[in-house]
Amino acid sequence: MSSAPPARADGDFTELFEVFVQEKAGEAHQHVGSVRAAGPSLALQHARDVYARRSSPASIWVVPTAAITATVDADIASFFEPAADKAYRHPQFYRVPKDTPEES
Amino acid sequence: MEPDPKEAEFFRRLDADESIEPKDWFPERYRKQLIRMMSQHAHSEIVGMLPEGNWITRAPTFRRKIGLLAKVQDEAGHGLYLYSAAETLGISRDEMYQQLLQGQAKYSHIFNYPTLSWADIGMIGWLVDGAAIINQTMLAKCSYGPYARAMVRICKEENFHKKQGMEIVGTLMAGTPEQRRMAQEAFDRWWWPTLMMFGVPDQASPNSAELTRFKIKRKSNDELRQRYIDMKVAQAHAFGLVVPDPDLKFDDATGHWRIGPIDWNEFYRVLQGAGPCNRERLEARRQAYADGAWVREAAAAFEKKRRQKEETAA
Ligand SMILES: [Fe+2]
Ligand SMILES: [Fe+2]
Repeated sequence: MSSAPPARADGDFTELFEVFVQEKAGEAHQHVGSVRAAGPSLALQHARDVYARRSSPASIWVVPTAAITATVDADIASFFEPAADKAYRHPQFYRVPKDTPEES
Repeated sequence: MEPDPKEAEFFRRLDADESIEPKDWFPERYRKQLIRMMSQHAHSEIVGMLPEGNWITRAPTFRRKIGLLAKVQDEAGHGLYLYSAAETLGISRDEMYQQLLQGQAKYSHIFNYPTLSWADIGMIGWLVDGAAIINQTMLAKCSYGPYARAMVRICKEENFHKKQGMEIVGTLMAGTPEQRRMAQEAFDRWWWPTLMMFGVPDQASPNSAELTRFKIKRKSNDELRQRYIDMKVAQAHAFGLVVPDPDLKFDDATGHWRIGPIDWNEFYRVLQGAGPCNRERLEARRQAYADGAWVREAAAAFEKKRRQKEETAA
């Protein structure tokens, strides 16, 4: 199945892509903005021209904006609710005898 | 009448200085104001390439030429950041661009002035980009996330623009009497128009109140203008330039430079199309769009083929 949106009547095959840049190898890719392009390979080239004119990043991802599924505002409270009351997932929840030496 | 709970929540978030994101609910007026402002801003970056592009082939040294070329490329990039940030509001780049080409959209009045000598290039970097930085530093804290983030990115690049301009002005002012005269004449041409870049006083501005309520604008036009005046007057004096304003005086009580009256009629005239270069600027953009048609067609044909291949493979 292709996720590409249908072409517009005037034959414009461009769509919006979100751009993620990894500044250094080993770091996470970070969202930096978007570009409009006719297809993914041109989107990559535009992303380079627009978002990497100075630095030379380790890598760039482009993702069709339409391919992103995001949380919906109205559901956010209940969606993230399961994490709210689980203090036992944090180190502060646990007690260690007072005179145990700290780790450095 | 009960206030709309969605609207109440929107203003609560503005009050808490939370950033508004594309997926959030916001009033239609907020969308309208942002589209108007962001598309005008994007058009300004794109049209703004023209006065400086005029001197790329005639830059006096190679150092000046690569600097100017890189700056003009940055401005194209700024336009693209802003068009794509505006697209998050549900308007397409094509629609915005057509509004510009058809003369329905506004862009900063400053780009309708000509660049008559090389010194004008120094003045643009020092003064026009200098004014833009003050405006954009404020906008980097505006309530709409995509706009604010685009501004952060742009502000980082603007400092290079300003400094290359200041180097040009400094070099000319340290040069021959003729070079100094050229710089002074250019300064005389750009001083007043750049003061207008911050817009009319807020009481006279039709949009200021709403933009402030929406936290898109966080400082008044006059406040920003005064910041610019204080900085630029001091720099002009350091360069040895004379500010072309017989009323200019330093106010000891407040520590600010006070200027004479701004000719707002000139501003409106230029904004409404009667500036020295309005027609030329629009024609240049239309020509560039027409000349680029084959590139857009080739890209579309390429993508069409790729999608067909993808479909046969699936
Ligand atoms: Fe810019
Ligand atoms: Fe600039």
